[in-house]
Formats: sequence, C-alpha cells, structure tokens
Amino acid sequence: MAEPMKIRATLQGDIADVRILFLHPMETGTRKDSKGDIVPRHFIQNVAVTHNGKTVLDGQWSQAISRNPFLGLRVKGAKAGDKISVTWTDNKGDTRTDEVAVAAAL
Amino acid sequence: MIDPSRRTILKYAGAFGAFTMGLVTGLVKSSNAVAAQWNKVGFESKAMADALKALGAGNPVESKDILITAPDIAENGAVVPVAVVSKLPHTQQISIIAEKNPRPLMATFDVSSGSEGYVSTRIKMGETSNVWAVVKADGNFFAAKKEVKITVGGCG
Repeated sequence: MAEPMKIRATLQGDIADVRILFLHPMETGTRKDSKGDIVPRHFIQNVAVTHNGKTVLDGQWSQAISRNPFLGLRVKGAKAGDKISVTWTDNKGDTRTDEVAVAAAL
Repeated sequence: MIDPSRRTILKYAGAFGAFTMGLVTGLVKSSNAVAAQWNKVGFESKAMADALKALGAGNPVESKDILITAPDIAENGAVVPVAVVSKLPHTQQISIIAEKNPRPLMATFDVSSGSEGYVSTRIKMGETSNVWAVVKADGNFFAAKKEVKITVGGCG
C-alpha cells in the first residue's frame, strides 16, 4: 500500500543535500469527495531521517503538509557512499522505510 | 538576633526551590525521550498562541538569524514551498506555523547536531497569512515571520 519514496542525496563539500519526495494523499479531513462525503483524515505524522544509523532529523507533521510531501535537509559530515535512511508513519499506522547512498558531487 | 521561624522558612524555601528545579529538568528530559511521539495538543490547537504554548515556546523572541524562504504571492494554497534556515548556534528544533490556518501548527522538526539548521517542505494554506518559523536554540525560543498572499486557498 505504501508507495516508495524518491530520495536523492548529493554531496556538496562535506554536506549531503537530501531531497525526499513522499507519495501520500495527506487528506486534511475537510475535503469532500464527489458524493459530498467527507474524506477522513489520512496524513503522515512522523518522519525520521538517519545518517549511517544516527538520527539527524525527527519530524512531526500535521495534515497541513501538502499532498505528496517534499522534504529537504542538509546532513553535515557526510561522505560519498554514506547511507541515508528515511522512515515515515501515518495516522493509520502505515509505515515505510527507504534508503539511499550519498552520491558524489558531479 | 535571627528569628528561628524565619530561618526555617528560608530552609524550606530553598529545599522547595531545589525540588522544583529537579522536577523541571526531569520533565525536560522525559519530553526529549518521547520526542518521536506526536504533539497532539499542538497540532490540534486552533490558535497560534495555543500552538506556541504546546511547543513550550510561550513568547518567542523575534530573531534576524532565522530566514524564511517562501513566495510573496502563492497562487495555489495547496502547495506553498517554504524553507527555513536557522543560523542560531545550537539549533535544536524548527517549527512551521501558518497564523490563520484552521490548525496553525503544521510541522515540527527536531534537528540534531548531525544536520544543519535547515528544512524545506511544502505546506497548505487556507488564506493569506503570516508564516512563522519558531526555532528552539540552546533551550530558548526564537521566531521569524513572512507574509504569504494566497490567491486560492488549499484547505478543502
């Protein structure tokens, strides 16, 4: 059910520029479908980013984050080949983890 | 001549002070331990002041070391790109708040020493409003704001 994330991590000096694109409906709980019924709230609540197993960002979100959310961050002290792992959990208990290696600067 | 009862009161006051200090540090520690949990009170708050209270940031100081990158005018309120850079030393946490949204608090990021004081994301906004970035650095709270004009709201 949970769609894979798109993660890109590129090295800029000793900082890894990490960009994550989540695929998630992020329903606010106020939108109505074509029949006029309210679509229940369904959104990512927790996001954790780790660098070689060490947590570097721990985020909590509300339903006010846009559909198919984007998250950008910069990880210090990174080297090419380091592992960046991202985990999210939504309010229905759905969860997914994806991992990428930091790519060397072009 | 020192009144003995006064001495006792002072002693008790001192002990009580130490006790409350311990309590406060204890609370701070336990709140760090459950950082991964969801700040329900904050996210369900309907007013910015309540959201700030839930973050523990009663009255943040406005700071020029926090930069918010967001459009002056966003045509589509459903996707408003926002980036926050904190140049404050020891940045611990960055929160994003849209003042006039039905539920103002949108996101809280706990930033560890391993990442820079930078986050960027995309938010939904119901109407033209100030976007606040509230940053916790070295235990104190700082804030900055930027007005974003919305042509079509994105809450529904």
